[in-house]
Amino acid sequence: MKRSFAVLALGIGLLAGQAMAADAVKIGMVTTLSTKAGYLGEDIRDGFKLAIDEEGGKLGGVAVELLVDDDGRKPDKGKQIAERFMKSDGVKLMTGIVFSNVAMAVVPKVLREDVIYLSANAAPSQLAGKNCHPNYFSVSYQNDNLDEVVGQYVTDAGYNNVYLIAPNYPAGKDHLAGFKRYYKGAIAGEVYTKLGQADYAAELAALRATKPDSVFFFLPGGMGINFLKQYSQAELNKTIPVFGPAFSFDERLLAAVGDAALGVVNGSQWTHDLDNQANQAFVTNFRKTYGRTPTLYASQGYDTARLIASALKSVNGDLSNLQAVRDALKKADFASVRGDFKFGPNQHPIQDLYVREVVKDAEGKVTNKTLKKVFTGHGDAYAAECKM
Amino acid sequence: MQSPASGLSMLLFIEQILNGLQLGVMLFLMSAGLTLVFGIMQVINLAHGSFYMIGAYVAATVMQQTGSFMLGLLAALPVSALIGMLVEALVLRRLYQRDHLDQVLATFGLILFFNELTRIIWGRQPLFMDGPEWLSGTVELIPGAPYPSYRLAIIVVGIAVAVLLYLLFTRTRLGMQIRAGSSNREMVAALGVNIKLLYTLVFGLGTLLAGLAGVMAGPILAVESGMGESILILTFVVIVIGGIGSIRGALIAALLVGMVDTLGRAFLPGLFRLVLPAAQADGVGASLSSMAIYILMAAILVWKPKGLFPAQA
Repeated sequence: MKRSFAVLALGIGLLAGQAMAADAVKIGMVTTLSTKAGYLGEDIRDGFKLAIDEEGGKLGGVAVELLVDDDGRKPDKGKQIAERFMKSDGVKLMTGIVFSNVAMAVVPKVLREDVIYLSANAAPSQLAGKNCHPNYFSVSYQNDNLDEVVGQYVTDAGYNNVYLIAPNYPAGKDHLAGFKRYYKGAIAGEVYTKLGQADYAAELAALRATKPDSVFFFLPGGMGINFLKQYSQAELNKTIPVFGPAFSFDERLLAAVGDAALGVVNGSQWTHDLDNQANQAFVTNFRKTYGRTPTLYASQGYDTARLIASALKSVNGDLSNLQAVRDALKKADFASVRGDFKFGPNQHPIQDLYVREVVKDAEGKVTNKTLKKVFTGHGDAYAAECKM
Repeated sequence: MQSPASGLSMLLFIEQILNGLQLGVMLFLMSAGLTLVFGIMQVINLAHGSFYMIGAYVAATVMQQTGSFMLGLLAALPVSALIGMLVEALVLRRLYQRDHLDQVLATFGLILFFNELTRIIWGRQPLFMDGPEWLSGTVELIPGAPYPSYRLAIIVVGIAVAVLLYLLFTRTRLGMQIRAGSSNREMVAALGVNIKLLYTLVFGLGTLLAGLAGVMAGPILAVESGMGESILILTFVVIVIGGIGSIRGALIAALLVGMVDTLGRAFLPGLFRLVLPAAQADGVGASLSSMAIYILMAAILVWKPKGLFPAQA
């Protein structure tokens, strides 16, 4: 008797859960929570969740349910998760992928299934140019943007003999190409290292011997920490300044690099000190909720959620007419933490890009400080190839 | 008369030799323990890199609390050894009689366990760790080629460990038992040596050395979950080249691998530039230099199928 009562209670509970879930709009987040890069996905997720929590479980006044799963940085696993979200959960909105190679495996398939994908980080050139798609929005940037802004800054600052370092894989070459698109000086050397390389002693010795006047590097994650620490131990930072995109200088990496990163100028579309109302509220709330300063990944997760909120509000939570949802998203009618934000013809951002400097704040913490706005209303180089 | 250009490239060459030596010494610290465990206990321990990670995490944490690298080092060594002995007693002891596949699966499970454990305790982001203040600068060993003092310190520590291990193995009773154990363990057991205790001690010594390598790597590399796996692959290459179970082989092979890897990265692209266009040369050079140590391993195994100094005759 007792037992059948328990089963009954369980059944009612399950039914009630389902009824609640049926009302909520499901959003599928495929992201990287494990491996060395796990903190990137964690920040995207936490930024996204903050926006939901601020509205008490809603986005744009519409109840939402966020489904999160870890792709382990593996394209195949990402595909499986996306498949599950679409087939068994009936997800119509997806986001969250950190890495371009995972995105290239997952996103095109998702788009063909009439699901809208909003990128909160990875934005490979293929999806910005020829393979652009009405169901695809990049809320973060186009991958090359953060290198382009540094290229322009380095040229403006009068450097004309730069040494380039990136890992030997497609994204490494893309990022250096982005830098070279706006850099006008000579190139002292261009080195591609093994992906995941730990020790850069050999490269640093060769770099010193070629006597460049500056160094530009794209080494995301731990590789960047290794490089910066070793660069400073070799005392090269005293004579040859280093530049790079924000990927090696987010707030959580800086805590691990410490003083070795001081003075490095890096390019980004957002920094926690940007002076606008949405950003101040975001940074304050994020710190209060999670006890740390948000990274650019967190800001992208937050902006993605707020963009979805604006669209859900406009269609009143009704996803049955996909065209209406797309139109609403395209308007980008939300207050971005970056300030001005709109979508270009290929549904990638047109936004301001900044350089920032790594400094010590009043409490002695190593952090970023916005130095200068380099581009205003900057789009990307692939928009012209996009026929939509 | 020497031209300035060749003088400069000579300096660069010497600097790269030092870099190769330093990488080699690091690999020796890792492979010495692994080769002993492999050679004496016949256990394939994939989780050796986890003790490297534990060493680095413990040292980084103590250093952040106290501000002293030396205290971090002093704390990390016993902790890595103790956790190693604990793992031996709890997990590995059950695997000695099983076949290698079971050992690989179980120790791979340990990797996942330790990686997740560091994530739970310390969070997903990498930790900060710096060397001691007095090793922060560079020294000009050779005029015109400043070299980071910390890297020199790694070389010194590595050489000291090699000497200590040599003394341990040639001059002490324990060393004798370990050497005997790696040549013929049934006979050692038959002679009344407490082989269980010996195994635990050897395993603890191995993980202590891995922990030491992790502490020494901390100020140079990112202290992060999963950091042990990248060095583990090179470590396995070293013990295969050196001959499984041989400390001397591990030393020679570690230095060889360190040199080939560093010099390959440093000079192969330049060599290819002499015969190929620059862009192509860099691509070929980069690919070939990352293959260099595996080519070395294959070549040595063709020449000596049991490695350079096989422990078991």
